[in-house]
Amino acid sequence: MHISNGRLFFRIILISSGTALLAWISVFISSAQTLQQPASGQAVLAQQTGSPIAAPPYPTIPAPAQQRTGLNMVVVDPAHGGTDPGARGAQGIRESDLVLDLTVQVRRALEAQGFQVLQTRSGNENPSFDDRSTLANAQRGAVFVTLHISSTGLPGTARVYTMPESAATVPAGGVLSWDHAQAPYAALSRKFGDAVQGQLAQRFKGSPSNAQSAAIRQLRTTGAPAIAVEICSVSVQNRGDLDRMMPGVADAIARGLAAFRPSYVLPGEAGSHP
Amino acid sequence: MNGNWRTWVLVGLAFAVLVAAIYFPVLRRRLKTTAKVSQPSEEQARRELTQAVPQSPSDPVVKTKLFWISGEDESALAPIAIELALSKDPVLRAKQVLNTLLAGPVDSDLRTLPPDAALLAFYLLPDGTAVADFSEALATSTPSGIQSEQMAVDSIARTLEANVPQVKRLKILIHGQELDTLAGHIDLTQIFVVDSKAAQRGAITLDLPARPALPPVAASLNTGAVKESQR
Repeated sequence: MHISNGRLFFRIILISSGTALLAWISVFISSAQTLQQPASGQAVLAQQTGSPIAAPPYPTIPAPAQQRTGLNMVVVDPAHGGTDPGARGAQGIRESDLVLDLTVQVRRALEAQGFQVLQTRSGNENPSFDDRSTLANAQRGAVFVTLHISSTGLPGTARVYTMPESAATVPAGGVLSWDHAQAPYAALSRKFGDAVQGQLAQRFKGSPSNAQSAAIRQLRTTGAPAIAVEICSVSVQNRGDLDRMMPGVADAIARGLAAFRPSYVLPGEAGSHP
Repeated sequence: MNGNWRTWVLVGLAFAVLVAAIYFPVLRRRLKTTAKVSQPSEEQARRELTQAVPQSPSDPVVKTKLFWISGEDESALAPIAIELALSKDPVLRAKQVLNTLLAGPVDSDLRTLPPDAALLAFYLLPDGTAVADFSEALATSTPSGIQSEQMAVDSIARTLEANVPQVKRLKILIHGQELDTLAGHIDLTQIFVVDSKAAQRGAITLDLPARPALPPVAASLNTGAVKESQR
């Protein structure tokens, strides 16, 4: 069969254009899928009207992490900062400064275990509770750890707190509200908290063996397994006592998280009920 | 003679000036002390006004359990039994036990609430939700920290649970306002469940279904305030 040069050229152009169009469509569909927020199987988290979401200087939300099964990201939150120093000790110790130092050590320990780490602040800023939660809620496969130093309590001990599991009442159907973002994750948070508290109890005598329940404002709006770690206390005579605790606390968090990792199933995956 | 008389007057005047010069600083110091004594702080004045919970002689004396920090474990609460004349009316009874809780234990190291905090108002809604309105000192003087704030709220809730069975849930206001947190950590936008199970767990839990009911609570508060002022 004889095909003229002109027709052959026309067919080549047509086939090339068709292939390019198909490739473009597939790229478009995959990019649209990655733009979707992590869902808890029923709804996308909706932020309450009027909740402040500040633009930078607070950390901008990076693009969702590479899609991998399971836990791969840790959002570490050094509490307080800016005009809010948190607990203050007689020796001029400020909680907001100490937790930044602790964050550096926690980050190092977590990265050694293979986790990616994001911080809600790295300087003397004070993002709002909602800003801090926003950073965690925008990630897929993330957990949230907020770090505190107490005013009171037995010096040399450390405690992990999670939201009470009775707060895990998830409204049937509809959109899960921003105010109750932690509700579907309460059981997972408890498991994560117990894993970390178990590690802390081994290192710091007098610490409880299980995580405690407390209605902590920061945890309520966090849509991920979330814990608060509080070490005692700014009342120590020498800041060095707290500095010496930090590597142990960081290691306990990293090991606790590594132990928790297999039991974490991404929301929305088959069989998962966070 | 005239010269003598003038000299004596001048000496007298000089002596008077000298005595006045010596006495003036003493007088000033005394005035300052008196002013300090007679001017109580705003918080003290408010406390004196708000603590006037009427006590009837017919109120039976009962064993009251108040929850302060345990002498053995500073991270836990322990009940201390005290004999108090308590009213049968749940609102008056709650005010009496909370004011005693605020007054603190004999050992001030064991107190859970700041000494300058005061209970401004207390309301009990028909569904068992109690609204306790405290002075600003509860928020500003409670040591910042999860543990210290949790113990402050826990001591209020457990003391109410032990002595005023009509109270099922608790909303804490600070000077009539809903605050985000007590002192930076514990969430005051929620309603705390006051029940024995929560107490056994050592935790005060949140009641999420109650959250949408907040506006009606606020609305009832106004009604309660009117009733309170009419008493």
